Amino acid sequence: MPRMGAASMDERPGLFVRAVDRDGGSIEFTIDGSPMTARAGDSLLAAILTNASLLRRLEFGGEPRAGFCLMGACQDCWVWLDDGRHVRACTTAAVAGLGVRTTPPALAEIRNV
Amino acid sequence: MSNVVVVGGGPAGIRAACMLAAHRLRPVLLDEARNVGGQGYRAPSPGLRLDMDALMGGEAAKYHALQAAFASIRDQIEYRPGTLVWAIEGKTLHVATDEGSSTVSFDALILATGAMDRIMPLPGWTLPGVFALGGAQVSLKDQGCFIGRRVAFCGSSPLLNLAALQYRKLGADVVAVCDTTPLGAKVRAAPQLAAAPRTMMRGISYLTSLMRAGTPMLHGVTLLRIEGKSRVEAIIVRDCRGRERRFACDAVALGYGLKPEAQLAELAGAEMRFDATSRLWLPKIDADGRAGRSLYLAGDSVVIGGADAAEASGELAARAVLSDLGIVHARSVARGLRRRVFRLRRFQRALARAFVWPANRVKDLSDDVALCRCENVSVGEIRRAMDQALGPIEVNRVKAITRCGMGRCQGRVCGPALQELVASHAGIPIEAAGRLRVQAPVKPIPLSVARTLAE
Repeated sequence: MPRMGAASMDERPGLFVRAVDRDGGSIEFTIDGSPMTARAGDSLLAAILTNASLLRRLEFGGEPRAGFCLMGACQDCWVWLDDGRHVRACTTAAVAGLGVRTTPPALAEIRNV
Repeated sequence: MSNVVVVGGGPAGIRAACMLAAHRLRPVLLDEARNVGGQGYRAPSPGLRLDMDALMGGEAAKYHALQAAFASIRDQIEYRPGTLVWAIEGKTLHVATDEGSSTVSFDALILATGAMDRIMPLPGWTLPGVFALGGAQVSLKDQGCFIGRRVAFCGSSPLLNLAALQYRKLGADVVAVCDTTPLGAKVRAAPQLAAAPRTMMRGISYLTSLMRAGTPMLHGVTLLRIEGKSRVEAIIVRDCRGRERRFACDAVALGYGLKPEAQLAELAGAEMRFDATSRLWLPKIDADGRAGRSLYLAGDSVVIGGADAAEASGELAARAVLSDLGIVHARSVARGLRRRVFRLRRFQRALARAFVWPANRVKDLSDDVALCRCENVSVGEIRRAMDQALGPIEVNRVKAITRCGMGRCQGRVCGPALQELVASHAGIPIEAAGRLRVQAPVKPIPLSVARTLAE
């Protein structure tokens, strides 16, 4: 079985579209192990959604989710990181080298997705 | 010296802090965000080449003035950004930051925690690409990003046209603005809206600018469903003549005005009362913002009044603190502010008639629509739970049985629709269906942080 999150992302562009440019260089990070590029200063949510069409898979049923309120209230944008942390993407800064998981790392390992 | 703490770095919190700083009280300003300004007046994240003057138009001067006011008091206050207040016990705030947890004690507390979008679900609203209307503006101001390339603005809110216009100005394709309130209701509200002629004219200019640009502007629509396999592909609406119309798009901004973020006020002991205009439970305050002993509330976190009311009510609440501490200040200024806050909040009540919360819509939602995003609880699951023998007709009981409202957002998103659903399905007035009670932590925190409560 292919890596669900990464495979669907490779085929699709991101949800978000940059309206204006940013100073500062690009940063590299990964989503489900696949390399991605964002810009220094991006929120983790913007970094992910300019590359992908989802942030995570819902724990209840696995449907794709991409956040909702974008202001730290709805808690829809929590993502897992390779280092085991669980963070709210809209209020977390994107940092070079971060590894984002669209499914809980432990679950992904067990299910081999 | 008395220890005055202000929670929230938006227009209300900043103006409160300014007034306290002017009287050398050196207030503590706690803000969950990393930069001040709240949602409406938030500054772009560092390095973003966003022309705020062009984006904010006539409101840019207020944005600059507020940011400048904060800069001028920066070294006269104890400013702690990135600080979440997650519980309140007596005169102690439990706070969490990236670094860990701690407590902050206060003699007087001003809560200015703002508001968020109020949402009525519809089929497909959990698809990637559907975002709250306010969020669509935040992604632009904070991150310089559109929520999609081809965006539909849907719901009913004075911010609908403003957000659509901001997107258009910066080059997004606005496929439609679908307002669920009939045009006739807006016309009927016009005499009351004329009490604030500048605001009304601004609203009309947004509308005409969009119409001139050829954007389809629909009034009195019913939002039927959002379609898409794994992300938004189209929104289907029924227009005011009963025709079904499909707008292909890759994003939908959805909002029905704002609702106060009153969770901390409730935890701090504010009495909650049902407000028939907004159909929400709101904290009870006096004309200056007093909600209890040493507790003061300001801005949209008490009742939606908009940014101007937030600034005025923030200063007013701070003046109430000064009065209660026996510190001399200009009472005549306070009287002026009181009148201004009253007038601006009354204006918002007129707006509620021009941009109507579609309370009845919940009855028509099919059983398979998700009501609670966090726990994926459907409308049908709630109806079935209520239909059982001795089934619940009170929202907290419904929450306990179905888990709707029990997820990470604590009912912030589903709460208003859940209250409408419970009331309509039980056939009782909404105020009789009760109100979702708040629990600490008001937002998710790591277990390692929660230990301050046990200590």
